[in-house]
Amino acid sequence: MNNFLLMRDEFVLLGIILLLLVVEILLTDKDKKNVVGIATGLFALHTAFGFMPLGEGSMFGGSFQTTHLHHNMKNILNVGVLILLLQTWTWARVKWSNRNRLTEFYIILFSTVLGMYYMISAGDFLMFFLGLELASLPVAGLVAFDLAKKRSAEAGVKFILMAGVSSAVMLFGISLIYGITGSIYFTEVAQSFHLTGLSAIALLMFMSGLAFKISLVPFHFWTPDVYEGAPVPVSSFLSVISKAAAVFAMILILFQIGKGMTTVWKPALFWLAILTMTVGNLFALRQKNMKRFLAFSSVAQAGFILMGILAFDEMGLTSVIYFSAIYIFSNLATFGVVQVISLKTGKEQMDDYNGLYRTNPKLALVMLLGLFSLAGIPPVAGFFGKFFLFMSAAAHNYYLLVIIGVINVTISLYYYLLVVRAMFLRKSDKPIAFFKNEWPVQIGLALSVIGILVLGMYSPFYEYILQLASN
Amino acid sequence: MDILSLLVVIPMLTVFILFFVKDMQMVRIIAAAGMFVETIVTFFVTRNYVASRGSGDTSEFLMTKDFTWFESLNIHYFVGVDGIAVAMLLLTAIVLLAGIFISWNIEDLTREFYISLIILGTGVFGFFISLDLFTMFLFYEVAVIPMYLLIGIWGTGPKEYAAMKLTLMLMGASAMLLVAILGIYYFSGQTFNMQEIAHAHMPIVAQRFFFPMAFVGFGVLGALFPFHTWSPDGHASAPTAVSMLHAGVLMKLGTYGAFRVAMYLMPDAANEMSTFFMGLAAIGVIYGAFGAIRQTDLKYINAYSSVSHLGLIFFGMMALNKTAYTGAVLQMISHGLMTAVFFALIGMLYGRTHTRDVRKMGGLLKVLPFIAVVYMIIGMASLGLPGLSGFVAEMHIFVGAFQNPDTIHRIFSILAVSAIVVTAVYILRVVGMMLMGPIKHQEFEDLPKAVWYEKVGALLVLLPVMAIGLAPNWLVSLIQDSLAPIVEQLSHSGY
Repeated sequence: MNNFLLMRDEFVLLGIILLLLVVEILLTDKDKKNVVGIATGLFALHTAFGFMPLGEGSMFGGSFQTTHLHHNMKNILNVGVLILLLQTWTWARVKWSNRNRLTEFYIILFSTVLGMYYMISAGDFLMFFLGLELASLPVAGLVAFDLAKKRSAEAGVKFILMAGVSSAVMLFGISLIYGITGSIYFTEVAQSFHLTGLSAIALLMFMSGLAFKISLVPFHFWTPDVYEGAPVPVSSFLSVISKAAAVFAMILILFQIGKGMTTVWKPALFWLAILTMTVGNLFALRQKNMKRFLAFSSVAQAGFILMGILAFDEMGLTSVIYFSAIYIFSNLATFGVVQVISLKTGKEQMDDYNGLYRTNPKLALVMLLGLFSLAGIPPVAGFFGKFFLFMSAAAHNYYLLVIIGVINVTISLYYYLLVVRAMFLRKSDKPIAFFKNEWPVQIGLALSVIGILVLGMYSPFYEYILQLASN
Repeated sequence: MDILSLLVVIPMLTVFILFFVKDMQMVRIIAAAGMFVETIVTFFVTRNYVASRGSGDTSEFLMTKDFTWFESLNIHYFVGVDGIAVAMLLLTAIVLLAGIFISWNIEDLTREFYISLIILGTGVFGFFISLDLFTMFLFYEVAVIPMYLLIGIWGTGPKEYAAMKLTLMLMGASAMLLVAILGIYYFSGQTFNMQEIAHAHMPIVAQRFFFPMAFVGFGVLGALFPFHTWSPDGHASAPTAVSMLHAGVLMKLGTYGAFRVAMYLMPDAANEMSTFFMGLAAIGVIYGAFGAIRQTDLKYINAYSSVSHLGLIFFGMMALNKTAYTGAVLQMISHGLMTAVFFALIGMLYGRTHTRDVRKMGGLLKVLPFIAVVYMIIGMASLGLPGLSGFVAEMHIFVGAFQNPDTIHRIFSILAVSAIVVTAVYILRVVGMMLMGPIKHQEFEDLPKAVWYEKVGALLVLLPVMAIGLAPNWLVSLIQDSLAPIVEQLSHSGY
């Protein structure tokens, strides 16, 4: 029985989901607004509770496993989700409370997070696949949440079709792996998974499913449309939490089963990384819509993450987790600003941001820090994240990749500066008027800024992850 | 806290305080006060340094402070100074303080202007005291990025274009630098510590690959031909204080880095490729000088003149002997001061006449005596008149360059020396057209005279120019003491 406590995070979250169902029934229509506070508060407790130490071990014959590393990956996701919830506070209260669909949003959202937990903690392909599906299918509901908007519904359909296809491909890959090795458990697969033509195809098919979730080029086509169509908080969730979870899952699984197959997946990831960085960047250059812009920027960022996976040692693993954590904060800061502005004024074009600093200096500064962090400019955290990714790639003599990477960093700087230019340099006849955010939104933005400022320079954070990773 | 870290902490504190100040006059005073304290600390650093050298401390870097930052990656916050760094710190402090005074009349977003300017200063100070490549690189980027806002918001002319061009070229260069730094790290036993790297002797193959990257990476910021194109546009569009700081100090990050990082850490490749880069530098010297002749905009003239003078710095470095190195470092200081005064004066003139076109001005000596006289003195310094700092520096460089009897070096040297004549042409042309002769426009007759903060700003920088020119020995010995290990490193390479 004691063993069951290893699933503590999952149980608590499941409890919250069920509790929300009850809350939905108990609350009268007039009090529905309070669901926002209840859900956010519960999740905040859950996040705080998550930082309590948890043992290591596995359950169900190895289907479910958890170590301090797994546990902290979940913690990183939790913090991200919490910030997101705070930032969406006004959005949820203003937009959805009188339409009777508020609780749904939180239940679906938490279900996907639950799916991510199982993805990360999976010890076999079945558990992993269940987690992945739990993390993707409800997202379609979230994407299409704004039913009145056609684009939102269209984005939902697009997402579910693409997710379905990629799941099918992945499942086929898994079935091949089972056929080759006779097992679905990672530990057993690792022992008998060697390089043959069939196993190469199986692994690549499996990875392409994950590549879809991380939206690596050429599996990225859904990204801009879905991000643009979905409500901004959902785009934010997709680009940040969902992507980080998939990255965590990918690196964990590759570390468990990929050792004998490096000659297959390393070249594949190498080219994927180059393609993803370059294509994502080049498409981002011309975007005028902030959501599409951030979509392509997040595609490009994924390319950098792959460099750390390629390194395939503790340092690479550490830099990937470290970068992902920083990326969560940076992207949440930028998406947070886009979101509050979109909610307040309905404006989502880059030109609408002209002169933002003169009317809303604080929002502009948050955005500036977020963009600088994404662009990798010191002293904000993104610089450290990128530097360590490059470092881990250079450690394994991937100098070509590093050179292409730094060229891409320069290109990306151009389009990040375009937003800075709009906010700081330009003046506008019709600037976005000054407005004040509710306090939870302010906290959400402030937390992401603190993350951006502190995570980079605070070296014990890096050392801690490294210590976890080397076990 | 050690005294060197104070140099970074004081500006950071100033920025932090500025965030909470609402009153614009207060902002100016706090910025000036902060940078005044910074200058005092810099003088203390200099005094300490000279005192401990005088008492026989011969270690390469003094006042070192080592603090482990990322332990597993062997990244340290490691600071320390030698004579060259001390000289650069003095230069930075003076120009930054002068820049604060020169920008006293900025009205639009005053607070943000001073914050950006001081963040830039933080980066520069941090860069010069760093002995760890990671910290150095970090400060380098901190120094570069505020330029985008400074030029983009407070600049003139095609400022958005100029700001973007400058930022992208410099950050592209720093990207190249990043690759070089990673290469240095892995090929010298996983360390960023410059002293350790210098003794680790990187394999020659790695040096050949990473030396050009590091040298060009820094060279772009130092306006090494043909990577100088950002500089005229950037300087022309930047507000006065930013031009001063940028041409005066920030570009010296490039030359200092090329010397300290590229050449010092990878001496074999530096020896091998010296002829090539010397050629580039010589072309830069001539090209910049001729470019300046053709320009009619004062800022463009000065920007091209900077390309020419910075070319001389690279030229001196690539001559590979002690005299030329001394000259190169002297030229960094001398050019930093001269060009800062130039840009300050141009800013004052532009503020009054609302034009920077030399053809439209004339006879300004009669209406603006202070500005005109300072302009003439600095012009003389720039063309190398004995008694002013430019002469001391150029003399060292050329004497050093001629010590190498190799034919191709001789040719380059003669080419570079001939640029002095061209320099005289463009300086005297401007002085003649702008300051002498009749007053061309009626409205120029009652231009307001220089006010106190302008005089303070200009004199702050002008006086050292004269001081160095008249009594260069103090500075020369400060520099030459510290050159010994570098000379050693570069002359005892594998060739």
